[in-house]
Amino acid sequence: MLNLTAVDWLIMLLYFVFVLGIGIALKRYMKTSKDFFQAGRALPAWICGLAFISANLGAQEVIGMGASGAKYGLETAHFYGIGAIPAMVFVGIFMMPFYYGSKARSVPEFLRMRFDEKTRALNACSFAVMTVFSSGISMYAMARLIQALHVFDGLFYTLGWPQNGIFTFSIVLSAVIVLAYIFLGGLTSAIYNEVLQFFLIVAGFLPLVLLGLKNIGGWAGLKASVPMAYMHEWKGVAHASTNPMGIEIIGIGMGLGFVLGSGYWCTDFLVIQTAMASKNMESARRVPLIAAVPKIFFPFLVILPGLLAIGLPTPHTTTVVHNINGMIVRDTTVVPQNVEEGRGLVPAKINPVTGKPMYTASGQPLLDYDMATPNMLLHFFPTGILGLGLTALLASFMSGMAGNVTAFNTVFTYDLYQSYIHKGGSDRHYMAVGRWATVGGILLSIATAYAAINFNNIMDTLQLVFSFVNAPLFATFLLGMFWKRATGHGAFAGLISGTAAAMLHHGLTLPIEAHPGIHGGWLTVIHHYPSDMAQNFWGAIFAFGTNFLVTVVVSLATKARPESELVGLVHSLTPKPPRAHNVWWKSPEALAVAVLLMAVALNIFFY
Amino acid sequence: MSLDLRIPMGLMFTLVGAILVAFGIATDGSQIYARSLGINVNLWWGFVLLTFGITMLLFGRRGQKQMAKLPPEPAEEVRRGHGH
Repeated sequence: MLNLTAVDWLIMLLYFVFVLGIGIALKRYMKTSKDFFQAGRALPAWICGLAFISANLGAQEVIGMGASGAKYGLETAHFYGIGAIPAMVFVGIFMMPFYYGSKARSVPEFLRMRFDEKTRALNACSFAVMTVFSSGISMYAMARLIQALHVFDGLFYTLGWPQNGIFTFSIVLSAVIVLAYIFLGGLTSAIYNEVLQFFLIVAGFLPLVLLGLKNIGGWAGLKASVPMAYMHEWKGVAHASTNPMGIEIIGIGMGLGFVLGSGYWCTDFLVIQTAMASKNMESARRVPLIAAVPKIFFPFLVILPGLLAIGLPTPHTTTVVHNINGMIVRDTTVVPQNVEEGRGLVPAKINPVTGKPMYTASGQPLLDYDMATPNMLLHFFPTGILGLGLTALLASFMSGMAGNVTAFNTVFTYDLYQSYIHKGGSDRHYMAVGRWATVGGILLSIATAYAAINFNNIMDTLQLVFSFVNAPLFATFLLGMFWKRATGHGAFAGLISGTAAAMLHHGLTLPIEAHPGIHGGWLTVIHHYPSDMAQNFWGAIFAFGTNFLVTVVVSLATKARPESELVGLVHSLTPKPPRAHNVWWKSPEALAVAVLLMAVALNIFFY
Repeated sequence: MSLDLRIPMGLMFTLVGAILVAFGIATDGSQIYARSLGINVNLWWGFVLLTFGITMLLFGRRGQKQMAKLPPEPAEEVRRGHGH
């Protein structure tokens, strides 16, 4: 059981003090709305770069990638090698000149400059709703994890508080801290804390990986303890039936690499906002590239713990007999049934009603993969460093939340409030609105977290709806930035029909062994996919393709904007970004080549 | 922005590192290290974090000194409101 001592609490407390301290120290620099929403556009590239990946390093990343590592093995690294790195290079080299150069203050605002008002309104509304719900989901996941790990149980027991208040306590605590530091220091505060969280996550997870690897007998030992397919990223990828994820190369390359990965890293204001806060164009272009360097090595940090958890021996109830000075001592370690039924350190899922482990139709225990990484922490860390590990886990949840909240307050204030509700207010007024939008956004997130308790399916449903909205987005930006003929009517029609195509695809297909409903097939089933991942990737490909085609067709049928209005927004009409006086190897292009070479080398290593 | 992040960050890691080292020394040889394969992780990882924290602090201090040497920044660009 979890035994936290004073030193663990001290480390956790220290972190909270610094997080709030940074917010308080930054408050006096918040003079204009530009300082608050855009960090004054004055931050150095390395800070923005680390915040760029940290904004994404939320719960889904740390817990989810560990779970996926335990479930699918090293093939999970495709989310990095194909899903993230090429997109990050692309956004840095080709797209950042337009985001940063256009002086747009948000991604929806860029859409208004390039296309028209209705495209911006559509994107701003859907984005604002998504950020609020995402941060609510992150909050809910954190509170559930804190409950499952019994982090606060001892504290509550000591203070005599009721144990069922832990969920609320966790939510209120995280909400108050995130709210306080964003309210005070705006985007700068969020970015600074994301960098702090980045280093904390490395500090908390690196020793875990090292200890896990040592225990299992190094890389060779890990290879010997997990099935062969788990150790290969590419082998067996040519056909869906020969790799753990059940998806073939075209689905991965197109769906993950080209559509989903690019859609996220190149268009999501949650990450783009950090690059747009940097001090000049050269830095802004370098931000995603700097972010890509640690990103290449992140599989070691977040996927490996899951893989190690599966590979380690499963704990069993044991009795050790000691003979101390002639006295026979029996030391019995009792292991709960769901742990014994699990694989490695990954326990079986427990049915919340009966309290017994759950089984699949074929009698295999259903594994609770989300516990892979947290269980590794509890297994290897003694008190002291355990406090650091738990703090890192909390930090990852909070950094994901904070990114959503700052993206929400900017889009709400600039793209909704200033554009449609109250035009022409003073700068001071909009800054106040931004601060109160932060409060409102967090309150809505809390409401989402509570809704998730009462409606079991709400999280899956929300994430499904987000995927419908996000899947076609990249086509709109690609055409907008690289095809001067694309029009506002085209973009709007493309976005709507792309989302419709994603819904239709979901309604008509079903992963095997799933029942029609939330998993798809709610219209009628015309195709079965080998896994839900395959269904997801192919859905994105259809949405992207539909958006692309409809945008092109409608654009050609509508009146083009005069070219003079598109300077700085479209590639062919924009003068090349000025070559800085730097030597060639300091240029973003050279960095991009280096990043790509490193990523390729790592993929070959994991073949 | 005139708050150099390296200073608070360096300070935090220095403190966390120092706490872990002190705790590691106090508990050296204790039963609690059975789970970390007999390695005193608090002591060793504390050293790593302490080194990292102090390095960050030194870089941050140097950066500040360089900033102080530079002539005072030219008047900031005139910031206009963003009203459309």
